Amino acid sequence: MAHNKFRFVDFIKYFTLLIGVFVVLFPPYVVIVNAFKSTDEFNSSSSMALPKSFLNFDNFTAVFQRGGLLSGFGNVLVIIIITLTLNILFGTMVAYVLGRFSFKLKPVVFGAYLVATIIPSITTQVATFGIIKNMGLYNTLGAPIVLYIGADVIQIILYLQFIRNIPFDLDESAMVEGASLFKIYRSIIFPLLTPATATLVILKTISIYNDMYIPYLYMPKQSLGVVTTILMRFQGVNSGEWNLICAAILLILLPTVILYFFLQRYIFEGVTSGAVK
Amino acid sequence: MFGTLSYNKQKTIIIVSFLLIPLLLLATFTYYPAIKLVYYSFTNWDGYSPEKPWVGLDNYREVFSNPDIFKVFTHNFAYFVMGIVQNIVAIYFAVVLSSRLRGKNAFRIMLFLPYIMNGVAVAFMFGYVFDTTNGSLNLFLDNIGLHHLAQTSWLGTEGLVNYSLASTGFWRFMGYNMVIYIASLQAIPKDIYEAAKIDGAGSFQTLWRITLPNMKPVIQLNLFLTVTGALEVFDLPFVLTKGGPAGASQTYVQKVVETAFAFNNYGLASAMSIILLFFVVIVLLVQQLVLNRGGDK
Repeated sequence: MAHNKFRFVDFIKYFTLLIGVFVVLFPPYVVIVNAFKSTDEFNSSSSMALPKSFLNFDNFTAVFQRGGLLSGFGNVLVIIIITLTLNILFGTMVAYVLGRFSFKLKPVVFGAYLVATIIPSITTQVATFGIIKNMGLYNTLGAPIVLYIGADVIQIILYLQFIRNIPFDLDESAMVEGASLFKIYRSIIFPLLTPATATLVILKTISIYNDMYIPYLYMPKQSLGVVTTILMRFQGVNSGEWNLICAAILLILLPTVILYFFLQRYIFEGVTSGAVK
Repeated sequence: MFGTLSYNKQKTIIIVSFLLIPLLLLATFTYYPAIKLVYYSFTNWDGYSPEKPWVGLDNYREVFSNPDIFKVFTHNFAYFVMGIVQNIVAIYFAVVLSSRLRGKNAFRIMLFLPYIMNGVAVAFMFGYVFDTTNGSLNLFLDNIGLHHLAQTSWLGTEGLVNYSLASTGFWRFMGYNMVIYIASLQAIPKDIYEAAKIDGAGSFQTLWRITLPNMKPVIQLNLFLTVTGALEVFDLPFVLTKGGPAGASQTYVQKVVETAFAFNNYGLASAMSIILLFFVVIVLLVQQLVLNRGGDK
């Protein structure tokens, strides 16, 4: 009896999990099969049918040629590299100060980062817009960069967790040898934060790559398109040509999906460490 | 570099120099705009002219007296409902994936997959799935015999469009909630379960008396994110329906953005933002209150 009951529970578990996976994979499946269809084939076949050939890359070439997707990848890459370099630098600096020293204003600094998260960033753009314009950054790659480089509270919490696990003995023995505090940051703390940095680099790469609103608002110039704004323009011009749009969607989804399958361990770590604490 | 200075002096230099730029960024792009926003909300600034005429509380009066503005919150309601369902499903899958099961890592990877996908690409993907005549959802429904549902205009029907959009949000973020719930389940000490087993607790009792109470802080965090997320929905309707049909899927934030950038009414838009911020703070306070009353944390 008990044995049968357990079997039934397992059946329910697997059945619901498979429904979940089906729901997750159904939309990407539809996009994949239609991205390989020519317009004629697309119009004559069912939208769930497999394409005649998975070697028909015409739609993809069209996306690159007509949509200028390559420059979009280029722009977003430049933004990601500059942003992350500065962001990691600032993030580790703030975490080093908050994690290693005690001073009067420490709770205020941490509180300032914490409170910042409840301010809805989309609506404050009404005021941020003027600041970016006055700085002369409107319609330059500088606009998203300055808006992304600031450290956020999740990042600081993640770094602080790691710093707490670096024994203070290391700092002390370096001090005995006469190392400056800057040297301790540079050659002890910063290198030992590498696992956290790796997690943050991956998460932030994905979130910058996926962001739509800031590039949309601050870089309307044609040549400054990033993947999201280029996809929006491409959809606007080619609306109704779903086989082309499917190819564009697929090309834009691919980089983060590949990154995810190779580096999922870091991604899960980053997502959970901030939230569970 | 400053090896000759005393450590106390070095400490001061490091604290000031290391915090200077990060705090300047935080002040310039988070707090200064927030303060500006408060100021704009008392003016009827058009966004470009040098003078910003002071109008006192007029903008706030307008927000509360113009039914068109608050009405859009009923559209946000759909996201709240779907968000609650999403959390329930996420807890269910988290519990399932924390039990003994073959291939649970593979299932976790698949269910989390949508979260890392590009939001605009996902929006258009669902634009295609929901398409009335060519869309694969209607084709699928037709194939499994639900012919009467297969003619539905998922994004073109007033009462339905917000739920269609919210279910896209569900698709994207359920895995995220699930992964957080899984982590919180792993943090529950195993010996509690063993003790419960020895005391003869059934699996449903264990779930109700041990698992869920231990997940409470994380559930509350996720609920906070769900509620504020529902209040602040923007990108999905903005990309996919542009607020249509006839404004039926316009959300509050979308209305703020439109008021500012399309109608150049920065004063009113600022007042609307401040009211949104106010709601977020209220949600946070109410939750803190409930959390503290709950006792155990």
